[in-house]
This record gives sequence, structure tokens and C-alpha cells, in this order.
Amino acid sequence: MNIFTRGFTGRRRDSSRELPPGQYLTEDFPVLSAGPTPRISLDVWQFTVTTELGQTHQWSWEQLMGLPAESITTDIHCVTRWSKLETAWRGVSLDTLLADVETEADYAMAHSYGGYSTNLPLEDLLDGKAWVAFEYDGEELAPEHGGPARLLVPHLYFWKSAKWVRGIELMLQDSPGFWEQLGYHDYGDPWREQRYQGD
Amino acid sequence: MARAAVSGGLKLRRTWRPAVLLERRRETPSACTLVLEVLGWPGHLAGQHIDVRLTASDGYQAARSYSLAAPTNSDQIQITVQGVPDGEVSSYLVADARPGDSFEVRGPVGGWFVWRPEESSPVLLVAGGSGVVPLMAMIRSRDGISGAPFRLIYSVRTPEDRIYHDELRRRAAEDGGLDVTFIYTRTAPKDEPRPAGRISLDDFISHGWSAEAEPTCYVCGPTAFVETVADLLIFSGHDPSKIRTERFGPSGP
Repeated sequence: MNIFTRGFTGRRRDSSRELPPGQYLTEDFPVLSAGPTPRISLDVWQFTVTTELGQTHQWSWEQLMGLPAESITTDIHCVTRWSKLETAWRGVSLDTLLADVETEADYAMAHSYGGYSTNLPLEDLLDGKAWVAFEYDGEELAPEHGGPARLLVPHLYFWKSAKWVRGIELMLQDSPGFWEQLGYHDYGDPWREQRYQGD
Repeated sequence: MARAAVSGGLKLRRTWRPAVLLERRRETPSACTLVLEVLGWPGHLAGQHIDVRLTASDGYQAARSYSLAAPTNSDQIQITVQGVPDGEVSSYLVADARPGDSFEVRGPVGGWFVWRPEESSPVLLVAGGSGVVPLMAMIRSRDGISGAPFRLIYSVRTPEDRIYHDELRRRAAEDGGLDVTFIYTRTAPKDEPRPAGRISLDDFISHGWSAEAEPTCYVCGPTAFVETVADLLIFSGHDPSKIRTERFGPSGP
């Protein structure tokens, strides 16, 4: 049964590109986060990959800057229903960071400064699908958008692109992160509209 | 972090349900409260929001999230909607919707920016503009149920932008456990001793809680406002893990 809303016509915007279901275009860059914005100084910043056996691989900011960086232009989709087209980023591919890591894990938990976490299948971080991004639109990434560095996993809803990222924990079994424990979807594919657990 | 205990099963909460508009009440020149009847509403916590979906006669749909403004009253729920320029859903709800109109809602959504009446620690609420809506739900939920002391600091541009002004004044006068302070950023009323200006550390020293009281802080408003307030609270010694935020609206990257 359809419920029609009297007098509502909508303001369909012309878009050369199809958006995922239930999304609308924005020119702004809204923010979704649960607490205060952490401020992390670059001289203490670290990125750590921890395997299921507890082995760690670490990079300082200087070491991260020494790795090959890529420019990424991509659409992003937030679970709060905005989408933004052709956003421009610069960052280091997770393929580069995970290249020498030995693991049998199928899942990953991204951890952030400030305590935030989000879970993803490891394969969604590989094959050119994910980056540790430190520039947005040619500028260094602002703290409220996750600077100095955030995860960028644009094929999933944007909460998976953890702000203020400080590491990846590799896991044999999936386990829910911060928003996922609060009812958001474990995978979060915008094209299948996986907003909430059970979608 | 505890797992959320949110009312209603998952299947119930993600099902779109018919909603009928019972009443539309103007709060300010640009904001309205909508009272909706949703049969079988599973209940919600103060601070949670719902998704509202409108469907045009040709099947086109648009959905947005809005904070619930009050505890549930059997099958009636309330949202307060701030009209935003060019807002596809908000401008319909604020300007065009009439009692008897139908749309759909689902929820409740959100298990982090919530206050539960069984929590007894002091609460600091800091609102910018229409960010007051989920905080008002907390104030209304507390009424007669909880002894937790509440302080609300509410920043608005001008007196005419105050949502729930009369009710907030009345509640603060009747209830020794609730303090309400308005901050005016552009134009203050004539009898207001504090000159108009952005929220500052002084406002928190005069009207907030000291960090020693260990209040839970809820901050809701436009992104820049929330950033400023959260930084001031941390600067004043509040534990970042006790500061819960909800941001809305545009922000330059």
C-alpha cells in the first residue's frame, strides 16, 4: 500500500549521475560524529596495524608522508542521506600499508583517536578501495572532517570512513564497532541501502 | 561502551509506518511542531530521531531525519522542524502540511545521543538554534520522573528564534532542578543584562556545571557551534567521554 502525501511534489534535482536509493545531493560537507573533535598533534600521531596474533606495524606521520600517495576523486554517501559528488582526496592506499602484513583475518576494525571504531570486511580495504586520507580538496584535512588523517572507504556509507584514524585491528571474526553497536549496519552498502541492522 | 537498549525490535524499528498529521503548531516564524499519530508506535528514548518519508503522486519519494521533541503519548509523537531554505522536506512540513495529511515514518533511530530517566547524574544541555529539539525531549522526559538536575544553555540569534520559550520559562520557574539560560548572538531583549554575542567560556562558568560535578553534557546544533562548545567544555576540564554531540547543517571542509 502506498501512502501519498497531499501537496508534496518534491524538488527533483537534475543529476548526471544516479544516486543510491534514498540519498540527496549536497554541495556542502555536513558532519556526523558522536563526540568532541579530538586534536592530534602530528609529532605524536601514529598509525598502527595489529594482526590477529598481536603483531604490530607502525607508521609515524613522517613515515606516512614518505609512502607513495594517490589522488582520489570519488562520490561519498552519508547514512544521514546526503551524497556529495566528485570529492577530491589525497592519501595512502591501504594496499600499500598492508602489503607486508601477514594475516589470516577476514575482518578489520578501524580505531580512531577519541575512541570511535567501525568494522569492515578486510577485502573492502584492499584492491584500491580504501585509503588513509590526509588532504581534502587540495588542503590538509580539517579536524572536524577527521584530520590529520581519516580512513576513506567511499564505496560504503561514510561512517565506515573513520575520522581521526589511528589504526586497523585485523580480526578472524566480525565484531561491531561504535555505530554498529548502536544499530547501524555491519556492512553499509549505500546501493543496497544498508543503513540499519537488519536492512 | 554499552550496547544500546533501544525500545522495539529491529524489524519494528525499520518498518515504514503510516503517520497522520494531527496538529501543526508554529514555534517561531520558521519552525513548527508537528504532532503525528503513528499506530503501534514502539516508544522511544529522549534524544532519538525518526526518518520521515514523503511520497508525491507519481511515486517520487524523499526522506529526512528529525529529532523527536517529546516522550511518546500512546500513539502520538512530536517532531519540531526548522524550515531550511530550499529544504525539500522541511519546507513542505513547515509551510504546506495540514492536519489529516499522511506520510510515513520509521524509527526510533539513534542510541548514543540519548538520556535515560534512570540516570541520576547532573546534565548539561547546550543547544544552538533548532538543536534544542532533542534536548527538549530530555527536559520533558525528566519531568516528575527523575531528580537529575538539568541546566540548559540555549543559544539563539534573536528573541524571535527561541523555540519552546514560554514552556522553558514556565518549567524553570516551577522546577528547582531545572535552570534555563538563553544566550543571544545577534539581538538581545531590552531587559537582558548579557550583551548579544557568541557563546563563551563565561557563559559556562556562570550557567553550566563545573567539571567536578561530572555532568553528562549533550551538545546539539550547527557544526561550528558544536565544535566551539565541545572545545570550551574540554578546556574547562570536562571529560571528553562525557560529552555527547549531535551536529547538523552545512560546514565548509
